[in-house]
Amino acid sequence: MITLTINGKKTKVDADPSTPLLWVLRDHLQLTGTKYGCGMAQCGACTVHLDGRAIRSCQTPVSMASGKQVTTIEGLAETALGKSVQAAWQEVDVPQCGYCQSGQIMAATALLNEIPHPSEAEITAAMDGILCRCGTYNRIRTAIQKVAKHPILAEQSGGTK
Amino acid sequence: MNKLIENKIERQLKKQINNMATQNPSRRKFLKDSTALMGGLVIGFYLPIKGGRAYAADAPPKPVYPPNAFIRIAADDNITIIVNKSEMGQGVYTSLPMLIAEELEADWSRISVESAPVAAVYNHTAMPMQLTGGSSSIPSSWEQMRRVGANARTLLVRAAAQQWGVPESECHAENSQVIHVGSGKRSSYGKVADAAAKLPLPDDVKLKSPKDFKIIGKATKRLDTPAKINGTAQFGLDVYLPGMLTVLIARSPVFGGKVKRFDATEAHKLPGVQGVYQVPTGIAVAASGFWPAKTARDLLEIEWDEGPGAALSTAKMRAEFLALAKTPGAVARKDGDTVQGFKKAHKTVSAEYEIPYLAHAAMEPLNVVVDLKPDHCSIWTGTQMQTMDAMMAAKTAGLKPEQVEIHTTFLGGGFGRRANPRSDFVIEAVQVAMAVAQPVKVVWTREDDMRGGNYRPMWSDNIEAGIAKDGKPLAWKHTLVGQSIIADTAFASFLIQNGVDVTSVEGAATLPYVIPNLQVELHSPKNEVPVQWWRSVGHSHTAFVVETMIDELAHLAGKDPLAYRLANLPVTSRYRGVLQLAADKADWGKKKLAAGCAYGVAVHKSFDSYVAEIAEVSLENGKVRVHRVVAAVDCGMVINPDGVRQQIEGGIVYGLSAALHGAITLDKGRVVQSNFHDYTPLRFSEMPQVEVHIVSSSEPPTGIGEPGTPPIAPAVANALFKLTGKRLRRMPFDKETFA
Repeated sequence: MITLTINGKKTKVDADPSTPLLWVLRDHLQLTGTKYGCGMAQCGACTVHLDGRAIRSCQTPVSMASGKQVTTIEGLAETALGKSVQAAWQEVDVPQCGYCQSGQIMAATALLNEIPHPSEAEITAAMDGILCRCGTYNRIRTAIQKVAKHPILAEQSGGTK
Repeated sequence: MNKLIENKIERQLKKQINNMATQNPSRRKFLKDSTALMGGLVIGFYLPIKGGRAYAADAPPKPVYPPNAFIRIAADDNITIIVNKSEMGQGVYTSLPMLIAEELEADWSRISVESAPVAAVYNHTAMPMQLTGGSSSIPSSWEQMRRVGANARTLLVRAAAQQWGVPESECHAENSQVIHVGSGKRSSYGKVADAAAKLPLPDDVKLKSPKDFKIIGKATKRLDTPAKINGTAQFGLDVYLPGMLTVLIARSPVFGGKVKRFDATEAHKLPGVQGVYQVPTGIAVAASGFWPAKTARDLLEIEWDEGPGAALSTAKMRAEFLALAKTPGAVARKDGDTVQGFKKAHKTVSAEYEIPYLAHAAMEPLNVVVDLKPDHCSIWTGTQMQTMDAMMAAKTAGLKPEQVEIHTTFLGGGFGRRANPRSDFVIEAVQVAMAVAQPVKVVWTREDDMRGGNYRPMWSDNIEAGIAKDGKPLAWKHTLVGQSIIADTAFASFLIQNGVDVTSVEGAATLPYVIPNLQVELHSPKNEVPVQWWRSVGHSHTAFVVETMIDELAHLAGKDPLAYRLANLPVTSRYRGVLQLAADKADWGKKKLAAGCAYGVAVHKSFDSYVAEIAEVSLENGKVRVHRVVAAVDCGMVINPDGVRQQIEGGIVYGLSAALHGAITLDKGRVVQSNFHDYTPLRFSEMPQVEVHIVSSSEPPTGIGEPGTPPIAPAVANALFKLTGKRLRRMPFDKETFA
């Protein structure tokens, strides 16, 4: 049994320690907001936070997550910043098919957490690993810039239920 | 076995289509005429997209769509719209409800969406089946959905008027309320919905005039965004049933190969593995989850009978295709006399083109959940082709079509792959369910998806063209070589005409320029690689070939590429409007571009919409860099302008990924590429700025999901010529070296 802290809650899972965190989240815990896209850290659809930093859960053995704070898209709205990012995504109407968006949002939030006012180049560097086939990149950039400019306003506009 | 089923389905579909034709000769005629006129429009293709004008002469009886099939109004005034199209990013879960809500006079803030089950009432308005494709959702549903909304509104008003005992003519509807001005009475829709549902359908409701639209034409936020930003949107891969096993299949590394023998001893030993089964497509490993299934699959030892597919290699096929392109093919269009035209030509040019296979590579790999019972089969998947899939699943499981239920989830991208004319992924999953005898989720890994075939065909083209002394095009001979997507599918009987698959030559046989001597010929060689429609189908390659050659002719004539296009398009052509708008917005010919940057232009019509794109391009360390794309689109009346912008942005990115990087190649019958490291979609850092400008129009709406894709590759190629003097006749461009 491996003990994990996911979105602030302690959970025990019975999984082989080498199982990627992605499949523990999805198959064991049915936290399906985190997506499978490539299985080799090429597309970023599986991006979650490990102690606040963006990681690719398809390449992270679950054993490495033990004892750390895991945040998934389902728990993102628990922080003011997470809510702001989702609100900006809503305002810009970013998603099309939507499949990559959990990963995009998790990567963007980790960036803004670390660098509240990222430069163009910093945004590009942080987001370059997350693929989108529908063509939402420019809207993603716009949404990130919105949060960087008006974090308070976005926070006040609340969650996106 | 699959072939048998397919033939049966084909016969059945033909029968259905014939029945439709007998009952409705005018439609039959329209289908025929429209094919000749418009070339292939893929799946949606025979649509009353000309605003119903095709019907006007001898209007056939209109099918009646009961509002309750599409609209549910609850007592608390919440309105659920049941959408019969699959949401794969193109925005149908917003645009179709907008059409209904407009006529329903509904309170937009109370609307939510559900996906439709499989039923005849949800069939495409121009096809005897439920499907999403061919950029046809809006053009084919535009009148239907408004009528559904208007019928419901009429019944709600009638029910309220009857309850109040006032003349119906004195009542009107507004914001989900029925209002009787005289008495000041008001009733919310929720209060009269039950009574309205008991009334007979109105005979013929009058639809609003566009000048009275309150919702249609207004930029509207997508209804699916909230679920797509908090992780709750359910894709096929997110479906979990009690007792369900995850199944991965080891498929033949070569197309058409079969299992000769296999050893699963090591796979069986892994914890979590429940069973290993031989199924028609390979060896299926069923386990408690993806990871044990994947780990066990890696341990299988399989010997394959590879068959003739093992001999396939891209280099060999390319040589064969190019040789074929120099021989006469089936004639798709013939105007004038090209032999005489070339004799009279002042200057001529000829070119060979090489276009690769492409994978759709949607972000969500294919997957299907099946719960098979002796007398029932429930399927959850992101499909674009519900009726066909249900029929195929029924045949496979020995059930009746009505015993199969399809739950259409969100599609994590479709791009055509999830409309498989052979129902490949659904049939296979049902076969697995029959073997496993437990609910199953068949998951394709990225590698499975990438190497699973059903690609955009590989093409080799040959064009010879000549201009007159005044520079005008005089002769044009185009020969295309590529597999037919339609051959051997249920669509063959009406999409292959005189040996020509109309989807192969769309955009080539229908090129808009005035050329007195024009001939287009097609070869459709066969091989083991399964092919399929890919966003914009035939246009995805013909726009590149035609629009780069027109650019060459402009150069040959010593004219500006934009001016040359305008000079050689028919005067009334709608192509001109988008070209002019894009040129104005990009400041073509006037703007001083940064050193090392150049503009290229292309224009193309697909799915009855016209798109011009101007790309601003440079080379950075020998790599192609697209900085900005100015797009102009004429898709008739616009339902959701922001939706149109999204689709053009998306179409450009999809086309640019292919233009710069996309290629599926084969070596010894094996697909070389496997994942996103060697089949690389456009990344964030490569994304150009995109501006979308919409031509204001009162024409009926036309397709928008695909038309943004075709013009981008030629626009970029033409800019690269301007920049380097090198003509690009091969895709992808990242294989080229620039001096």
